[in-house]
Amino acid sequence: MSDIEQIPVTVTVNGKKVQRFVEPRTLLIHFLREELNLTGPHIGCETSHCGACTVEMNGMSVKSCTMFAAQANGAELTTIEGMANPDGTLSALQEGFRQMHGLQCGFCTPGMITRAHTLLKENPNPTEEEIRMGIAGNLCRCTGYQNIVKAIQYAAEKLNQPETQEAAE
Amino acid sequence: MIPGEFTYHRPSSVAEAVAILVSHGDEARPLSGGHSLIPMMKLRMAAPEHLVDLGGIADLKGISEDGGTITIRAMTTQHELIGSDLLAEKLPIIKETSLLIADPQIRYVGTLGGNVANGDPGNDMPALMQCLNASYVLTGPDGDREVAARDFYEAAYFTALAPEEILTAVKIPTPPAGHGYAYEKLKRKVGDYATAAAAVLLTMNGGSVASASVALTNVADTPLYAADASNILTGSTLDDATVASAVAAAEAITDPASDGRGPAEYRTKMAGIMMQRALARAADRARS
Ligand SMILES: Cc1cc2nc3c(=O)[nH]c(=O)nc-3n(C[C@H](O)[C@H](O)[C@H](O)COP(=O)(O)OP(=O)(O)OC[C@H]3O[C@@H](n4cnc5c(N)ncnc54)[C@H](O)[C@@H]3O)c2cc1C
Ligand code: FES
Ligand code: FES
Repeated sequence: MSDIEQIPVTVTVNGKKVQRFVEPRTLLIHFLREELNLTGPHIGCETSHCGACTVEMNGMSVKSCTMFAAQANGAELTTIEGMANPDGTLSALQEGFRQMHGLQCGFCTPGMITRAHTLLKENPNPTEEEIRMGIAGNLCRCTGYQNIVKAIQYAAEKLNQPETQEAAE
Repeated sequence: MIPGEFTYHRPSSVAEAVAILVSHGDEARPLSGGHSLIPMMKLRMAAPEHLVDLGGIADLKGISEDGGTITIRAMTTQHELIGSDLLAEKLPIIKETSLLIADPQIRYVGTLGGNVANGDPGNDMPALMQCLNASYVLTGPDGDREVAARDFYEAAYFTALAPEEILTAVKIPTPPAGHGYAYEKLKRKVGDYATAAAAVLLTMNGGSVASASVALTNVADTPLYAADASNILTGSTLDDATVASAVAAAEAITDPASDGRGPAEYRTKMAGIMMQRALARAADRARS
């Protein structure tokens, strides 16, 4: 055991407020996976390149492998576990990934969907180019990206239909 | 890949942060976006015993203009630089450059202060700041001092910043309306550091160059302000012979490493090409 004091970290994750005491060097990804049992965010590269660990923090997409849990103290976080609609049905993005075959092995998918979620909030009508640049921090080794782009386009279209807008909130 | 142990500090003012740095000297490091420092801590290439998180200091955020100087506070993120209306209007080269840095996730958290204080020759902002003739406000126990970006960089990861100082703001003289600008960066893929890159700022008067400023990224162990190249261009009509001699002057000051981004000769040549392209785009954009 180290003699460095553990520090309290309080965050609201997927709408639920939680507190844990952790070593200051605890990375946010380890905090989520090991302390909170949220194993949706994946560890791909550990070097800030692949984006598999992407979560939303205060409206920003962040790579949780490159942030200390302490830096997220007080923040609102959303992980893939918080992406489904409140009634448990798939969100437009999740549905898009299923309909358009936006995944094969699925390893990159939690990061892709969380990133795309923030992207569509900032830019509800992205061009194909904007989608591609918007997910430039997320690597996929399987799909070749074509169907991921289509899945995001599917979700954008669905969210822009007036009757589904409410469900997206 | 887990960083070494450290004690975490989260001051709420610059004065408090400086006091923590003073009491721990070399063993303490400021933490901004963490997207250069945390990767180095994971590799144990950095192992500070005290981390001073600047994220809780509200006073270190914001972009403003006053009397011909644009001031960007250190904790302003690359994402905020891209979204700033003031910068889009007065200094659009900052957005152009920011969009070529890393990827969206990294730009949400990476800060201007961290990017310029880091001292990594791969960072894009330092050469841009040299091109714009920016100066850095360094705040220490004895107050503020200003160091020009062109004088700040000594060697890779060695800068004029003292261990007990924090870089609190970047000050940039507002270029005249209608200036020409461009940042050209050659990289192997989105999110990569530059193989070579060049920043150019131009003002034109009639058909000739009233002022020119050129700086280069990642082709030496510091960013390079290309003073001779800038002088050669000034007063010219950007005719082919002048451009060729300015490019040659810029290439002459490079001293890149041979690495995964290519052999040194190639990177020097690419610095020249990036400069030439940036110059052409800047000239196109400049209004006389
Ligand atoms: C995958 C990846 C790709 C990247 N690609 C690029 C790229 O193409 N171009 C580019 O320019 N950058 C790139 N970066 C780096 C990124 O832009 C960093 O965010 C930036 O270099 C540092 O900013 P930061 O706020 O994250 O600083 P930190 O990582 O927090 O700090 C960096 C260093 O500066 C010191 N420091 C930080 N703030 C201050 C301050 N205010 N005063 C004094 N010292 C301070 C710290 O102690 C540390 O030594 C990349 C990073 C990653 C992970
Ligand atoms: S695990 Fe975080 S970017 Fe790859
Ligand atoms: S589906 Fe396998 S990595 Fe993307």
